[in-house]
Amino acid sequence: MLLESDTQQLEQSVEQLTDAAIQHGLDFFPMRYQFCPSEVLYSIGAYGMPTRFSHWSFGKAYHRMKSEYDHGLSKIYELVINSNPCYAFLLDSNTLLQNKLIVAHVLGHSDFFKNNAMFGGTDRNMVDRMAVFANRIEAFSQEYGMDEVEAFLDAGIAIQEHVDPYVRFGHVDGFRETDGSIKDVIGYIATHSRYLEEWQREILHMLRAEMLYFWPQMETKIMNEGWASYWHLKLVRELELSDSEIVEFAKMNAGVIQPTPGRINPYYLGLMMLRHIERKEGIEALFEIREVESDVSFIRNYLTRELAEDMDLFVYQKQQQVYRVTANDVNEVKEQLIRSRTNGGFPYITVRDDDLHGRGELLLHNRFDGMELDRKYVERTLPLVFKLWGRSVHLETMAGGKTVTYVYDGKQLVS
Amino acid sequence: MDNRSFIIARDDWSLHRKGEIDQERHKRKVKEAIRENLADLVSEESIIMPQGDKIIKVPIRSLDEPRFRYNTSDEPQVGQGQGGTQVGDVVGQADGNGQSAAGTGPGKGGREAGEQPGIDYYEAELTVDELAELVFEDLKLPHLKPKTAQEMLVDDIRFNDVRKQGMVSNIDKRRTLFEAIKRQALGGSLHGGAYPAAMQQGGGIPVGIPGPDTAPAPVLGPIIGDDVRYKTWEDIHKPQSSAVVLAMMDTSGSMGTFEKYIARSFFFWMVRFLRTRYENVNIRFLAHTTEAKEVDEEAFFHKGESGGTRCSSVYELALQMIEKEYPPSSFNTYAFHFSDGDNLSSDNPETMRLARTLLEQVNMLGYGEIRQRTYGYSSKQLWDVLKRLESPTFVQALLEQKEDVFKTLKAFFGDEMAS
Repeated sequence: MLLESDTQQLEQSVEQLTDAAIQHGLDFFPMRYQFCPSEVLYSIGAYGMPTRFSHWSFGKAYHRMKSEYDHGLSKIYELVINSNPCYAFLLDSNTLLQNKLIVAHVLGHSDFFKNNAMFGGTDRNMVDRMAVFANRIEAFSQEYGMDEVEAFLDAGIAIQEHVDPYVRFGHVDGFRETDGSIKDVIGYIATHSRYLEEWQREILHMLRAEMLYFWPQMETKIMNEGWASYWHLKLVRELELSDSEIVEFAKMNAGVIQPTPGRINPYYLGLMMLRHIERKEGIEALFEIREVESDVSFIRNYLTRELAEDMDLFVYQKQQQVYRVTANDVNEVKEQLIRSRTNGGFPYITVRDDDLHGRGELLLHNRFDGMELDRKYVERTLPLVFKLWGRSVHLETMAGGKTVTYVYDGKQLVS
Repeated sequence: MDNRSFIIARDDWSLHRKGEIDQERHKRKVKEAIRENLADLVSEESIIMPQGDKIIKVPIRSLDEPRFRYNTSDEPQVGQGQGGTQVGDVVGQADGNGQSAAGTGPGKGGREAGEQPGIDYYEAELTVDELAELVFEDLKLPHLKPKTAQEMLVDDIRFNDVRKQGMVSNIDKRRTLFEAIKRQALGGSLHGGAYPAAMQQGGGIPVGIPGPDTAPAPVLGPIIGDDVRYKTWEDIHKPQSSAVVLAMMDTSGSMGTFEKYIARSFFFWMVRFLRTRYENVNIRFLAHTTEAKEVDEEAFFHKGESGGTRCSSVYELALQMIEKEYPPSSFNTYAFHFSDGDNLSSDNPETMRLARTLLEQVNMLGYGEIRQRTYGYSSKQLWDVLKRLESPTFVQALLEQKEDVFKTLKAFFGDEMAS
């Protein structure tokens, strides 16, 4: 917990860090640091935004995060919101030194939000807009009943990630897919379903707007965290720290960026890549990269053989009862990483036909990229799409090397 | 807009309870989901062999948010080693739910909504007691017959009085102190005394102990004999309700592991349920082939015997037992008989007669016939015979799979039975 004297010191440090960041060329939104207790920080983490609407799935996420924190399994020090001004929420039990590191880290994020091209089309007033959404949903609950609205949200949330991120950049319908199908599944259903009531369409449009807002964060996790880690290291080292603070800083920094054996830590991967580039091409190159790249292009363009070997990256796969390394060639590592981050890591699904067999049935198409869909989830998701579309829903995908179409007709699922 | 480059604020967040509220909503949904899965759960092996309040984990698939997702468990993933990892190295054990897959880093993270690869299902934790509460929610005691004789009395004691005489070990310290204060306050001497109002350690009576070296703080004088109060008790008699379960089972060769398992699950829940309603629940195990005898629990559920089946034997034994030990006037008796239905034909009329007699002596009589579908045939003899009993206190249940245990419980203790 911060003492009064610490608060003054923190004010000073924040000022120093802010000045230093500006001198180094960082260009961020005005910062609003907000201290809050762990329950609040974890609820913001679970909802993604302090003002977001209520839903049991957020409660579930909150419970999981909070109990991990209570059991000392993981800790969130801060949460930062892509908005102007930029809100950063800090845990009120952080020490002074922790707060210094976090402020520096958050300045990196704020600069990234402001300058990275992927964020160009995001609504910087989303904090307020989400509050409006939440009020609307609350009003619907009162009018149509809580269970009714919740059940509808369940269905909408099931397809919320099937948006077309390009609509952010003024392409109202996104880009047409080469086969003429439409990537904006949730938007399409919201507009074209013949069975939805107005309030239901409104909810789908809200979910879509929220997803479009969150989308760039999913596309740039490695870069964004790498960039923020790069800056917290640089900026904090320029502060005058006491010996004990130096030790504490080293510990905390290690905790944040340490590679976890067997996994990819985006903080570490991003930081290592940026440092590598800086050594070769100088710091100006980093500023350009933070402006134009997303994780996919960043990895494709900058993950070199040397780096992959340095970091000991490999591809592993489940074989019988163990996970076994199947490759450590840089190209395979890259391919796998890119695949896992393409389309936010979600299956690529488009609307191909909305009047199948002339009966107004919906045909969804999964663009197969080598990974099969989880059948059990398809079985549970299609009925929810049916709830939104009101008529039979077909999903075309690949399974076992063959084209498979799952159909849900309101009663049962066949394939 | 305020354009200062930074502001540090400490708002009051005490009203921000959204997370808690939605968490409650989620908990309610978990409960509902468990309720829907009760049929599976009550016959879960890990539950019916419990020690105390152990926590069980209940997988609930329906609470994992549905979405289109990859089947990632077998797909290749990227990992990071500590150097020198070679192709062919083993980096982890597959533990069924693909959890060693790459997730977000453990340090911070959590900026995105819903990015982590989910676990296959949501696991709720609950104790056996919590589960029992859910199982028993809709169960009621059927057909309580009024007991003519006064139910068993039990002696108990209750400390409910305070007196001036009593045993030293029963001194009521608080009241003693209070009396001392009261007396001295009345006498006007409750100030400037010699020592603090402290009882000595060990619970002895510090009557009149002087306190020469204590400071002159505000103070209670000596406690004298008249102040001392003793707690005393009264004998109480309270009626005790008790129930007897007569667990009867065919243990002939045709009753296999599955059949015994089903019976065991049922009796587990039945006894547990009755314990919530009666202070004492006794369970007696009667096994029979052609002869019936009382056995212990272990033998009842585990030992099989060979030979034919004569069901009347066990009904006879039950009747004898009731006559000798559990007169219906003072006991609530529940009898349940499990069999695979394969009874000696010539024994059926006798079984029927005895079952009818037994029915008059007990609160309820149940008959569960366990038939695994895979057997393909079933004799159904006893089933058809007992069907003719046609009494509201007789329940017949057919158990073909584990899930039917719950159905049987409901049939036995459900609403229609309790009406």
